[in-house]
Amino acid sequence: MPRAFTPKVVTANALLEGDVVYLTKQGHWTRKHEEADLIEDQATADIRLIEAQALAHEVVGPYLADAIKGADGPEPVHFREAFRTRGPSNYAHGKQEG
Amino acid sequence: MYAYTDFDRDFLAERNAQFRAQVERRIDGSLTEDEFKPLRLMNGLYLQLHAYMLRVAIPYGTLNAGQMRQLATIADRWDKGYGHFTTRQNIQYNWPELRDVPDMLDALGEVGMHAIQTSGNTIRNVTADHFAGAAAEEVADPRPVAELIRQWSTDHPEFQFLPRKFKVAVTGSAQDRAVTAAHDIGLRLVERDGEIGATVLVGGGLGRTPMIGKVLSDFVALPDLLPYLEAVVAVYNLLGRRDNKYKARIKITVHENGIEEIRRLVDEEYIIRRAAFNGADMQLFGKISADFAAPDFVHGAGDYAAQYADDPVFRSFVDTNTAPHRHKDYTILTVSLKAHGATPGDATSDQMRVLAELAESYGHDELRISHEQNVILPHLPKRHLRAVFDALSGAGLATANIGLASDIIACPGMDYCALATARSIPVAQEIATRFEELKLEYEVGPLKIKISGCINACGHHHVGHIGILGLDRAGVENYQITLGGDGGPDAIIGERAGPGFAYDEVVDAIERLVRAYLAIREGADETFLETYKRTGPAPFKATLYPASEKAHAA
Ligand code: HEM
Ligand code: SF4
Repeated sequence: MPRAFTPKVVTANALLEGDVVYLTKQGHWTRKHEEADLIEDQATADIRLIEAQALAHEVVGPYLADAIKGADGPEPVHFREAFRTRGPSNYAHGKQEG
Repeated sequence: MYAYTDFDRDFLAERNAQFRAQVERRIDGSLTEDEFKPLRLMNGLYLQLHAYMLRVAIPYGTLNAGQMRQLATIADRWDKGYGHFTTRQNIQYNWPELRDVPDMLDALGEVGMHAIQTSGNTIRNVTADHFAGAAAEEVADPRPVAELIRQWSTDHPEFQFLPRKFKVAVTGSAQDRAVTAAHDIGLRLVERDGEIGATVLVGGGLGRTPMIGKVLSDFVALPDLLPYLEAVVAVYNLLGRRDNKYKARIKITVHENGIEEIRRLVDEEYIIRRAAFNGADMQLFGKISADFAAPDFVHGAGDYAAQYADDPVFRSFVDTNTAPHRHKDYTILTVSLKAHGATPGDATSDQMRVLAELAESYGHDELRISHEQNVILPHLPKRHLRAVFDALSGAGLATANIGLASDIIACPGMDYCALATARSIPVAQEIATRFEELKLEYEVGPLKIKISGCINACGHHHVGHIGILGLDRAGVENYQITLGGDGGPDAIIGERAGPGFAYDEVVDAIERLVRAYLAIREGADETFLETYKRTGPAPFKATLYPASEKAHAA
């Protein structure tokens, strides 16, 4: 039996600031996880990652990260990705700074 | 202290101009990330979880006030008003933007600092005992040797593409505050028949496969040291494994070939290398040594004795944070960057300026950064100690906890580092806060807790009396505890205690370990490490895993 596909988002770091970004449905980068395009199958995920890699002048190191559907949009699954949506835990720096 | 020459400055300016052009070409799209990445890493620029990070070398941990002030200015102007001092005697800026980095490097260049060779498969920033030139029991100042090695290794054409990174540490004291046994090459300066030389250790390292360095040579006289080191690195350069990144460090080369075989090859190579050295290195060494000459110490301790006797708070600070200086009227003061609950190794720009001011006013313009992530005033006259204490108190820098349970080394972990498998900073913060609440750490005495956020072991957890390694176990942070490690002259790799602990269990586990120690020690003089060596792990495991102990008994 084929394994169930875990939905994905495409994520990277912005070239200039290094801040975490996510690929939207429209093919732009957003700083907010909940605005990311939640990808539901492997074939689309592969294509969207290639699209992201073509935007190499805007971002660094795009990759696919597991995500799930939440009330306000996609939510991260792994704690590493959850930290990336916020910033460090020792100071209110990064995205949580507002 | 050593001052950069015009040659050094021109070299830095040229390197920075090159990097500025490379950054522009990355931004305008003419360089891909694959092309740019090795270039930025060679200039100390990493991409972490949330932002770029600029790592700046502080060779052998020595800074003057002007340099410290410039670090503060850079933190204010291009970062978030603070810097993080690391276990490699670097400072890291966690929030630079790509466009600003060339300006930051120029600002560093103005005070003779840089970020070159803080990464890549080269000979890295050479580290030295942070009490160098000051400690009462020192045999010789390790910094001239470290500086000689820096000049010899910087842009050394033969050694720009070693199988893997290569770290050298030098100590001039039998107390080995430079953890020489955990480096690719560790040098311990010793005296034999009136001559200074080095005991050369090779093949130490932490990371995935921790190993304690082995003695390659008991004694190499100073004039023979560079050719000898060149022979060691040359042998490694040919023999080291390039097929597998995890087997590429010299510790594996030594392990796979045996120390005798390495010694044979090095001795062979040494004959060729020695002939090529014409003594110019020793002339240079003479010049460098003069640059590191001790300051003119001033006699007299003023009112120090009365000040020490009168105020128990001051007395406790002095007892905990100072070490014996070679001059009787001086002391070595370690300023803790480990206020309870703060991030180990972080200093705000204001704190940096206070430290610069104190060094300039009282401390012969010298500051040191220790691998234990604290700042040192190495030459402090005792008569000024009280004034310095008062100034530090006003800046939140007078925590009296050096060498105690809350003086924790922690790597950046998953709060910053892209390689991390778990966080380390908040674990350190919570352990320190707990000990502060319990008011236990003075009773406990010397205890080194060290935390890494992944197997790379940047937090030296293997050589912590209590080591903590953060891992990702099935998508949850999990913390493995090692016991009995030691980074001193008789270095030992700690032993794993057993299964790991969840994030919210680990602070309790550490408290149980410490309480078990207090219960079984043979008097207040027996340290945690001594008790562990006497009893072995059993009583400590019993307190960490009470249930499984019962299961065994049943
Ligand atoms: C944040 C970015 C960092 C990266 C990408 C990084 C990368 C690594 C890697 C890959 C290793 C393992 C090397 C090996 O065993 O072959 C390592 C080891 C080490 N790093 Fe880092 N590190 C980082 C930060 C730090 C920091 C902040 C410190 C000091 C606090 C540090 C000091 C060390 C030390 C002491 C070791 C272990 C000793 C050894 O090399 O054998 N690193 N690092
Ligand atoms: S030990 Fe791991 S998590 Fe910590 S700084 Fe080193 S690479 Fe990063």
